[in-house]
Amino acid sequence: MSAQADGAGRIATAFAAAKAEGRAALMPYMMAGYPDRDSGLAVARAYVDAGADLIELGIPFSDPLADGPTIHAADTQALAAGATLRTALETCEAIAERIPVVLMVYVNMVLAHGGAEQFARLARAAGAAGAIVPDLPLGEDESVREAFDAAGLAMVPLLAPTTSAPRRAEICKVARGFVYLVSTVGTTGERAEVPAALAALAATAKADAGETPVAVGFGIGTAAQAAEVGKIADGVIIGSRLVRAAGEGATPAESADAVAEFLAEARVSLAG
Amino acid sequence: MSANEREQSTRAVIPQRFGPYGGRYVPETLIAALDELTAAWEEARDDPAFDARQDALRRDFIGRPTPLYLAERLSERVGSQVYLKREDLAHTGAHKINNALGQTLLAQRMGKPRIIAETGAGQHGVATATACALLGLECVVYMGTEDIRRQAPNVERMRLLGAEVAPVEAGARTLKEAVSAAIRDWVANVETTHYVIGSAVGPAPYPALVRDLQRVIGEEARAQALAAAGALPRRVIACVGGGSNAIGIFAPFVEDAEVALVGVEAGGDGIESGRHGASLGAGQTGVLHGSLSSVLADEDGQILEAHSVSAGLDYPGSGPEHAHLRDTGRARYFSVTDEQALQALRELARLEGIIPALESSHAIAWLLENPLEGDGFDVLCLSGRGDKDLAEYVRRVGESR
Ligand SMILES: Cc1ncc(COP(=O)(O)O)c(C=O)c1O
Repeated sequence: MSAQADGAGRIATAFAAAKAEGRAALMPYMMAGYPDRDSGLAVARAYVDAGADLIELGIPFSDPLADGPTIHAADTQALAAGATLRTALETCEAIAERIPVVLMVYVNMVLAHGGAEQFARLARAAGAAGAIVPDLPLGEDESVREAFDAAGLAMVPLLAPTTSAPRRAEICKVARGFVYLVSTVGTTGERAEVPAALAALAATAKADAGETPVAVGFGIGTAAQAAEVGKIADGVIIGSRLVRAAGEGATPAESADAVAEFLAEARVSLAG
Repeated sequence: MSANEREQSTRAVIPQRFGPYGGRYVPETLIAALDELTAAWEEARDDPAFDARQDALRRDFIGRPTPLYLAERLSERVGSQVYLKREDLAHTGAHKINNALGQTLLAQRMGKPRIIAETGAGQHGVATATACALLGLECVVYMGTEDIRRQAPNVERMRLLGAEVAPVEAGARTLKEAVSAAIRDWVANVETTHYVIGSAVGPAPYPALVRDLQRVIGEEARAQALAAAGALPRRVIACVGGGSNAIGIFAPFVEDAEVALVGVEAGGDGIESGRHGASLGAGQTGVLHGSLSSVLADEDGQILEAHSVSAGLDYPGSGPEHAHLRDTGRARYFSVTDEQALQALRELARLEGIIPALESSHAIAWLLENPLEGDGFDVLCLSGRGDKDLAEYVRRVGESR
């Protein structure tokens, strides 16, 4: 088995299990260390208990350019509460045996410390299966992907509605784990509606991705929207809505309850 | 090389990288727009009609060429000859208009009706609002609320010109957060909107595009120096925030090996204090706002807040081409403190009857401490005028003495 199969293999197994149940994978996003370290840990465990298939774990960053107001504010608060890369890796470690974890990390944090190789080693040591680097598009990503491949950390690329067809094919070709399809032109954040063009967009992405699963994220904030997207994609990523719920809890237990309630509903509606 | 050949050689390609620096570290959503912008600039700069329109507006609207002024009393004080490149006399009071006009002309050509920009000192915001008024484009300027406080006159100017000033509350409420807010807006509205970035930073092609548009400063200064003194300057000196006035005046001199290039960064309370904006002198390699350059960051890669009395230098990064010029040794970068800059502002006002911007005052301060030895002369880029800074000056110094 090549080293690369490690993380990607775990991700593939999680998608296959959901598919066997006839539904899209439920992929909640959370911010490590938000609203504080212990609440973040409680949220992570609540995600697993509520039936998530895969967790996207955001590492707090000072300048999250792909994120809208909710997640940006969560980054800021997590950092103010003392979160570091270590906090995120500890959160990953706490759940990684039970569920595949894909880190969401901005490139400057990948390049800091000892560079991409060192980052990949740390991530793998904490049990992470993959990583999404939202500000490392095709063309800039080669050396980082090589480092991640060598460590067995799946590098999950993003596709946007503005991505050209030839570029989309290229991106799908280098995808590891899954392809992350950004649903709308914009940053993360809840939206009133699923964009009308999404079904066609997802279909073209799936055609290019072949065997690799396609998960859709950005803007999904209700169980009904999750169900709608679940019909056209292999996985549904829910971010800002859950981050908002986590932030509303005054204690770790309250944060955990708030996210669990929403996720349980989403899980039912995905299966429906 | 003739001026024509020099021009040709810079026009060959739009570089994505300067040595290892630069690149396009942005969300995938923006890649198509960056490709479109690259193609549009490649086309426009080779189009004589675009050139002619820009040249006419530079002359009649901006008031170019700006003078190269032999500052005699300053020269006497320093002990060597100093020419000031008077970007403070450009319309709207700083070099920023060169870039803003060029980019809005380009946006108009690309058919983008909506313009966004960020601003720190307010100079770039005013310049962009001005160009948008001229061309009839919608304009939104992101500005940190701390800068809105420090640079109040410029906020009123932007509003008067018909721009919307969008306050940014995040982080330290200064330039870094304003750039981030503008980029987020662009990600959401990329199909209808052009982002007029205000310095030689950001993802490719911006650092090269902004340099090309600011290059006029150096082209003029070089020709003016040869005409006035019959020689090239020994040193070319400029302040460096994101680095647009500096790269604009440096660019035409890069091939002149005998001309030293000096960039002056914000030393804030002093480098040792950790409160400064000297990302080239005291930073590390990292990504900020879409390009790999030299940035202020901690060991985890979190971007640090910069500090400077001057809003336009209060930024934890600088353009990728400067990082490369630093590494190759072609340019050298120094810093001066807030205190030195405030003193230099006053000194130039008294010596020459010119109130410089606090940004430009950093270059003056460095010159005052580092006179030229031997023959020859310096050219210093007086990037802007200081009217906008009077309130901050009085607040810091106590009174206008
Ligand atoms: C007058 C003036 N000079 C210099 C700067 C610094 O920018 P740059 O380094 O891009 O020239 C500014 C920025 O606002 C400015 O207003």
